[in-house]
Amino acid sequence: MSALTDLTIAGARAALEKRECSARELAEAHIAAAEAARHLNAFVAETFDLALGQADASDKRLAAGEGGLLEGMPLAIKDLYCTKGVHSAACSHILDGFKPPYESTVTANLWREGAVMLGKANMDEFAMGSANVTSYYGNVINPWQREGDNKPLVPGGSSGGSAAAVAARIALAATGTDTGGSIRQPAAFCGLVGLKPTYGRCSRWGIIAFASSLDQAGPLTRSVEDAALMLQVMASYDAKDSTSVDVPVPDYAAALSGEVKGLRVGVPAEYRLDGMPEEIEALWRQGIDWYRDAGAEIVDISLPHTKYSLPTYYIVAPAECSSNLARYDGVRYGLREEDSDLTQMYERTRAKGFGAEVQRRIMIGTYVLSAGYYDAYYLKAQKLRTLIARDFQQAWEKVDVVLTPTAPSAAFAIGEKMDDPIAMYLNDVFTVPASMAGLPGISVPAGLSAEGLPLGLQLIGQPFDEARMLNAARFMEIAADFTARPAGASGGAA
Amino acid sequence: MSDYRIEGQTGDWEVVIGLEIHAQVISNAKLFSSAPTAFGAAANTQVSLVDAAMPGMLPVINGECVRQAVRTGLALGAEINLYSVFDRKNYFYPDLPPGYQISQFSQPIVGAGKVEIDLESGETVEIGVTRLHLEMDAGKSIHDMRPDATFVDLNRSGVALMEIVSEPDIRSPEEAGAYVRKIRSIVRYIGSCDGNMEEGSLRCDVNVSVRKPGEPLGTRCEIKNVNSVRFVMKALEYESERQVEILEDGGEIAQEPRLFDANQGVTRPMRSKEEAHDYRYFPDPDLLPLKLDADWVEELRVALPELPDAKKHRFMDEFGLGADDAGVLISEKETAEYFEQVAAGRDAKLAANWVTGELFGALNTAGLEISASPVSAEKLGGLVDRVADKTLSRRIAKEVFEIMFESGQDADAIIEERGLKQVSDSGAIDAVVDQIIADNPNKVAEYKGGKDKLIGWFVGQMMKASQGKANPQMANEAMKKKLDG
Amino acid sequence: MAIDKATVLRIAKLARIEVADEATDGLADELNAIMAWVEQLSEVDTEGVEPMTSVVDITPPLRSDTVEAVAPRDDILANAPNAEDGFFVVPKVVE
Ligand SMILES: [Mg+2]
Ligand SMILES: [Zn+2]
Repeated sequence: MSALTDLTIAGARAALEKRECSARELAEAHIAAAEAARHLNAFVAETFDLALGQADASDKRLAAGEGGLLEGMPLAIKDLYCTKGVHSAACSHILDGFKPPYESTVTANLWREGAVMLGKANMDEFAMGSANVTSYYGNVINPWQREGDNKPLVPGGSSGGSAAAVAARIALAATGTDTGGSIRQPAAFCGLVGLKPTYGRCSRWGIIAFASSLDQAGPLTRSVEDAALMLQVMASYDAKDSTSVDVPVPDYAAALSGEVKGLRVGVPAEYRLDGMPEEIEALWRQGIDWYRDAGAEIVDISLPHTKYSLPTYYIVAPAECSSNLARYDGVRYGLREEDSDLTQMYERTRAKGFGAEVQRRIMIGTYVLSAGYYDAYYLKAQKLRTLIARDFQQAWEKVDVVLTPTAPSAAFAIGEKMDDPIAMYLNDVFTVPASMAGLPGISVPAGLSAEGLPLGLQLIGQPFDEARMLNAARFMEIAADFTARPAGASGGAA
Repeated sequence: MSDYRIEGQTGDWEVVIGLEIHAQVISNAKLFSSAPTAFGAAANTQVSLVDAAMPGMLPVINGECVRQAVRTGLALGAEINLYSVFDRKNYFYPDLPPGYQISQFSQPIVGAGKVEIDLESGETVEIGVTRLHLEMDAGKSIHDMRPDATFVDLNRSGVALMEIVSEPDIRSPEEAGAYVRKIRSIVRYIGSCDGNMEEGSLRCDVNVSVRKPGEPLGTRCEIKNVNSVRFVMKALEYESERQVEILEDGGEIAQEPRLFDANQGVTRPMRSKEEAHDYRYFPDPDLLPLKLDADWVEELRVALPELPDAKKHRFMDEFGLGADDAGVLISEKETAEYFEQVAAGRDAKLAANWVTGELFGALNTAGLEISASPVSAEKLGGLVDRVADKTLSRRIAKEVFEIMFESGQDADAIIEERGLKQVSDSGAIDAVVDQIIADNPNKVAEYKGGKDKLIGWFVGQMMKASQGKANPQMANEAMKKKLDG
Repeated sequence: MAIDKATVLRIAKLARIEVADEATDGLADELNAIMAWVEQLSEVDTEGVEPMTSVVDITPPLRSDTVEAVAPRDDILANAPNAEDGFFVVPKVVE
């Protein structure tokens, strides 16, 4: 058996079942790995004592034959999830010291099935970012490095801590959230599988809101099967979330045959961007060939409003965030800058508590909703959203899944793209359209860049058709046979 | 149309009024959370995580509040919008935890309707209702607990309100008062709001402007949160005079929110709302558009109880009451029910007289609501029966009523116990007549000499002799017969 | 449509974010760059297109009118920067 931290969830479950290790040993191995990898800054709050307690409880349940689907699995939980009595701050200064007296629905689902929490994962402040450089707790370092270059790289974002933790083998899997690509893009940057479910599949209750109409919880894992197992538990209908959709959660892992014969795979012309690196193009072609060779039907499709997705997103998401983040006012929780004048108290608290990117988006959102601009910007963006969704609806008449690159580049160095917000926003150019349409998407590590960094390909599925999308991903996982691992990973690193 | 005018030096001014009434929906739980709505609990003890806008909390619509809004819309004769949208109204205030109020802006649940109001002159005026929408209440800010701080209680945060917006059809304080009373009566009839203005279950924002008759609308001020009908009228009287004075002095009206100071009887600008607002309304992405089923709405329509106007017309047709009596009797559902119980199987006009006369007078003096009346409808009916069957004279009946109101006893028991039965036995009456004629030969002579008016004196003597129990009509007839005969 | 200094200050006021005077020019430039970039949406003809609020096309669930868990007051106030006598306390507001 390989090192405990090298296991997948599926492998760890088997090991526990065969009594090859205990849940406590599994937790201890990951805690040790996390301690050894603190320089990555993946966790903003370590909950090792809690993890050991949960692991002991798991061992008892396993001994009694009552283990849940994720019994004893040590996970990293994005700081956006409210976890009862535990640091939950969306990596913002404004939520300093906040400990929620409640547990998010998704994490409650995980604990119910026996999962173990190692800690709260670093992230871009309020999930706003694509490089995990906007966190109040400092940036996260990608365990991957360019060949022959030890310049620290970004893990992608906003679920950067989650991605780094899983890639560095300090967590078996992690939860992320994806608003415009925040699971899929860091998964691609860190050589992981990252799944954003259909909007409405996982409850948003207890997850700190960024943009309500886009936010979705999802897993980051080292295999497609693990993504299926995680989603199985994370997904549920939740009456406390009015946008939760009441459809049954299928057995996702059971659908993973890897058989794609006859699958109709759409290839959208509009994703071929000017100036896209050749290696990304090549990888995409490679992906298409894998499917074609396995008997899938490749269908050229058009998603004509693709290029408008990103600017539409940068109206809709800031508008929603400007309102969602109004509750951080220094009155009921978090940071407060005292002042004898109420308005001054608000303004100083929010100026100090929010970082530059969050402030920028709140300002943009306030502007596009303000009198005289609503129709030109916000309403226009909502109409564009209808058109973007319509493009996909038309595509579904011809195809079962859509195949695209996940990100326009591999991980970049910390400090790059930092002074131009729009250059940073372009990271999400391939992931945002599915977000705007509420569709499930998954990034699968499919190859390495010339510099030895992981590159991902994205599959976009039909609404609530995660099972078929996961099976297509499983095929790609087998075809790509991605075995490279980051230099910065613990355990049996090469 | 009202001819209410404010006299100015430059001529008469007309007052144009529109009202926004916030009516708290009767529900167990709040509009978007499952916290209770009861009034008067200790601070911050009726607050859910949603009401406190904790991070990650989400609203879920309370179906009962939707049902009540639809019923109210139907009672206002309004269009029900089968598709409506909840929007966020964004502004910062310490008692508004999310930093936005969830309300309905461009697509409310209820569209245009109308109500009729009755004026003292006997005139009936129709006031248009623009819309009714559902929204959450804010918490409560308490400014007088410490000189340097405001205290915030979130118990009310998230309680369901119906905002009922009128057209600017109202032209006088009287009409405004009648309109508020009418809306209150309607919501109480159907049980969608308890109408309790002291507890804030029903509050008014009063929009008022003045103009020379026939001219375009003037600039309006909004007097916020007025919590009694009397204050609405008083605030309007003051505010319209104030505006006229400013305009006649060549000034301009500042469009601003104002507060009514009941102690001083004046309105003054609200300092906290000085800054111009830009509420940045947009559809709440946490809530999907509300879709109603037309059949369900129809079921609610059919199940509505009889409404005040319909009841009034029925009282006039069925019971032969005048518009004023009928109007008074239907204004409160409880009163109408009480009256109908008294009138059942009896002379309705007589019943109406007793309810609007003795009962209202006594309740008023005692400061009681009809629901707390010591004389139940059944007992008042018993008294009316004794009047109708001439057991009691009107005068004695009033005495009996007073005893009933004091003691809560039956009329019959009181009559029995105190021997108050009216004497209608002609033999007994004739005996008294004879006695009085025998005792007063001089008066008899005066009468016979042409002083007809003395008949009243003779009857008075009879009532005195019988301790008021003689049937006055019989006494009058018997005495006259004897004297004239 | 350029966002000038006054607009930056107006937006910042609406958003209740204190902006240092010397920062307004830089912020105006940043916001203008972003707004210029999203301006490309105006080239799309959206005449007659319904705006989309949510991708979820369901009727929202209606909750039953039952009182459930009220958070204990201690939970509601536990994270408050300033609370007294069961109330949240804020700087004096003049009505
Ligand atoms: Mg108002
Ligand atoms: Zn209102």
